[in-house]
Amino acid sequence: MLEVTNLHASVAGRGILRGIDLSVKAGEVHAIMGPNGSGKSTLAAVLAGREEYEVTAGSVTYDGRDLLEMEPEERAREGVFLAFQYPVEIPGVNNAYLLKAALNEVRKHRGEPELDAMDFMALVKERMQVLHIDQDLLKRPVNEGFSGGEKKRNEIFQMAVLEPQLAIMDETDSGLDIDALRTVSAGVNAMRSPERATLVVTHYQRLLNYIVPDVVHVLSNGRIVKSGGKDLALELEEKGYGWIEGVAEQVGA
Amino acid sequence: MTTLAPADACADAFEAVRRTAPAPDSVVDLRRRAFERFTALGVPTTRLEAWRFTNVAPIASTAFTLAAPAEREAAKADTAPHALPGVGAGLTFVNGRYVAPASDVSALPAGVEVLSLADVLAADANDTRTAVESHLASGAGIENEAFTALNTALLHDGAVVRVPANTVVEEPIQLLFITSPPPGGEPVMTHPRVLLVIGENAQVRVVESYGGGDSPYLTNTVTEVIAGPSAVVDHYKLVRESLSAYHIGAMHVRLSRAANFSSHAVTLGGAIVRNDALALLDGEGVECTLNGLYLANGRRLVDNHTTIHHAQPHCSSHELYKGVLDGEARAVFNGKIIVAIDAQKTDAKQTNKALLLSEDAQINTKPELEIFADDVKCTHGATVGQLDEDALFYLRARGLGLEQARSVLIHAFAGDLLNHIAIEPIRDQLDELLLAQLPGSGGGSFHVEG
Ligand SMILES: Nc1ncnc2c1ncn2[C@@H]1O[C@H](COP(=O)(O)OP(=O)(O)O)[C@@H](O)[C@H]1O
Ligand SMILES: [Mg+2]
Repeated sequence: MLEVTNLHASVAGRGILRGIDLSVKAGEVHAIMGPNGSGKSTLAAVLAGREEYEVTAGSVTYDGRDLLEMEPEERAREGVFLAFQYPVEIPGVNNAYLLKAALNEVRKHRGEPELDAMDFMALVKERMQVLHIDQDLLKRPVNEGFSGGEKKRNEIFQMAVLEPQLAIMDETDSGLDIDALRTVSAGVNAMRSPERATLVVTHYQRLLNYIVPDVVHVLSNGRIVKSGGKDLALELEEKGYGWIEGVAEQVGA
Repeated sequence: MTTLAPADACADAFEAVRRTAPAPDSVVDLRRRAFERFTALGVPTTRLEAWRFTNVAPIASTAFTLAAPAEREAAKADTAPHALPGVGAGLTFVNGRYVAPASDVSALPAGVEVLSLADVLAADANDTRTAVESHLASGAGIENEAFTALNTALLHDGAVVRVPANTVVEEPIQLLFITSPPPGGEPVMTHPRVLLVIGENAQVRVVESYGGGDSPYLTNTVTEVIAGPSAVVDHYKLVRESLSAYHIGAMHVRLSRAANFSSHAVTLGGAIVRNDALALLDGEGVECTLNGLYLANGRRLVDNHTTIHHAQPHCSSHELYKGVLDGEARAVFNGKIIVAIDAQKTDAKQTNKALLLSEDAQINTKPELEIFADDVKCTHGATVGQLDEDALFYLRARGLGLEQARSVLIHAFAGDLLNHIAIEPIRDQLDELLLAQLPGSGGGSFHVEG
C-alpha cells in the first residue's frame, strides 16, 4: 500500500530525513520508534503533505500512485489520515462542522452521497460511545481549550469517523493516561482490517502493548537504522535509545 | 477645497432642496448655516488628521447631482436584495426619498412613531415636529465636519423614530436606504438623515441598511441617537453599497444615565466607505458597545473612526472591530477614547483585529486615548495577522480543499462578531453574505444541529 524509497526531506534548508525506505502492506501495523528529534514527525508530515517540508530525493507511492504529487486534501480524500502529535486549535470552528465537512469530502470523493445531519449524528454518536467521548466535544471549537488527552482522543475520534485506509498516528500515546490509552487502542484495533494499514509513531514501547505491531522500525537521525518484529520494541525499551546510536554508527549513519 | 464643478453641483442641490422641500423656519435656517459651513470647510483632504489615510478625492472631483425619484421597476430591482427577511416593521427610502408603498410600520406598539422626516418637516407645527426641530443637529455638529454640514445643508428626508418612555419595541425596525441610479449612470447622491429619540426605560432595535445599483453614487448619511435614562438601544448598520459607490456615514449618539447602547456596523460593499461613530456617555452608569466588521477586497477602502467620550463617572465602553482584507484593499481604524476629568471609574476596552489575506492589503490602525481622570481602566489592543498556516494544514489534512479551508478560517474569525448580533434574521443573513463573499465559499452553515 505504501512504498517509501530513499526519501530525503529538509526543512528550512536543513536535511532531516536522509534516506528512508519503508514498505507497508495492506493489513499491517508498523511502528516507528526513535529518539526525540530523529525525524518521526517529519516523516509523518511529509506523508500527509505538509508543504514546509521539502522532499529533496526519493519517492513515495500510495496504492501505486505518486503520493508526493498529491495535495494534502487529496491524500486525505484518498484515505490517508494523520493523527497529529500537536493537534491544532481552531477557534470559531466547531468540531462537528469540521468532522461533517471532512466526512462529506471523503464521501464525495468516493462518489457516495453526502450524509445529512441526522445520519451524520447517528454515526458520530456511535463512534463517540466506543471511544468514551463526551458529546459536548462536538459543539466545542476544534481542539480549543482541550486538555492534552482530549486532543489526542479527538484525533482518534476523527479517525474512527473518517475510516482511513492508511492511518498515521504521531505520538498519540503521549498525554494519555492508562485508561485512555486502553480505550484509544481498542478503537484503533477495532479498525484493523486486511484493507487497512497503520503507522504508529511513538517514543515509548508502552502503546505497542495495546496496538501490537507487525513490524517495528527504529528511526535515528533521519534514517531507519533497524527493523524487526514486535520484540524489537521491548529490546529498545530495555536498552534505551543509546543502544540505537551505537547501531546507527555501525550502519554508517 | 472642492474643485469648481462639484461645488457648483452642491450649490445647485442646496437651491433645489431650499425650493422644493418645505421645512419650518428653524430647519431652513439650519440648512443655510450648514451650507455656509460646508462651503467654508470644503471636502476634506488627507492633510486633515482625521482623513490622513482616506483620500476622498474621487468624491471631491465628481459632480454628483441629487438623486431624482427612481423608475418604479428599477427601484424595485435595486431594493429587493436588501430587504431583510423576517424583520417586519420598517421604512424604505429610494434615492433619498421615503417610499410609502414599500414601508410598513403598522405593527408597532401605540405611541411609537416611525415617520418620514420629509413628512414631519412639511407638517403643521405639532409635538413631533417640535421634538425633531429641537433634536436635529444637537448631536451632529455642522462646525467641523464637512460631510455632516453638507448632509444638514441638503436635509430633506430620512427617518424619525420616537419611542416613548417605558415602551418596549419587540420587532426590529428596519430602515432601508437604496440608491437606484439613473439609466445613464450619471453620478447621483443622497443625504439621508436619521433621528432616533428613545425615551426613558424604553427598548428598541434599529437596523439601517444601505445599498444600491451598480454605478457610481454617493451616500452621505447622518444618524443622531438620543437615548434617555435606562433606555436600551441596539443599532445595526449594514453597508452593502455597490462596489462603485461611495458611502460616508456619521452616527452621533448621546446617552443618558444608565442607558445601554450597542452598535454593530457591518461593511461589506462600497468603493470608499467611511463610518464615523461618536458616542457621548453623558450620565453615570452608561454601557456603550461599538462593534464593527468590515470585509474589503479589490482596491476598496474602508475607514472606521470611533470616538467614545466618557463625560461621566462609572460608565463602561467596549469596542471590538474586526476586518478581513484581500487584494489591494485598505482599511483604517481609528479609535478615540476621551475620559473627562470627572469620569472616574471609567472602564473602557478597545480591540481591533485585522486579517490580511494578501500581501498588498493594508491597514492603518490607531488608538487615541485622551485620559484626564486618574481612577480609570482603559485597555486597547490591535492585531494584524494572516491566516494560521498550521490551522490551514490541519483542515486540508482532513480533506477540506485549500479554498474551503481558507473560507472556514476567515468565517471563524469574522463569525466571532456575528455572534454578538442578537437579531437572528440579521445574523443569519450576514452569515450568508459573509460566506458568499469569502473565497471558494461553498455556502452552508457552521452549525450542525444535534
Ligand atoms: N518546522 C521545522 N523547522 C525547523 N526545524 C524543524 C521543523 N520541524 C522539525 N524540525 C527539526 O527536525 C528534526 C526532527 O524533528 P521531528 O521530525 O519533529 O522529530 P521527532 O518527531 O522524531 O521528535 C529536529 O531537529 C527538529 O528540530
Ligand atoms: Mg514528533
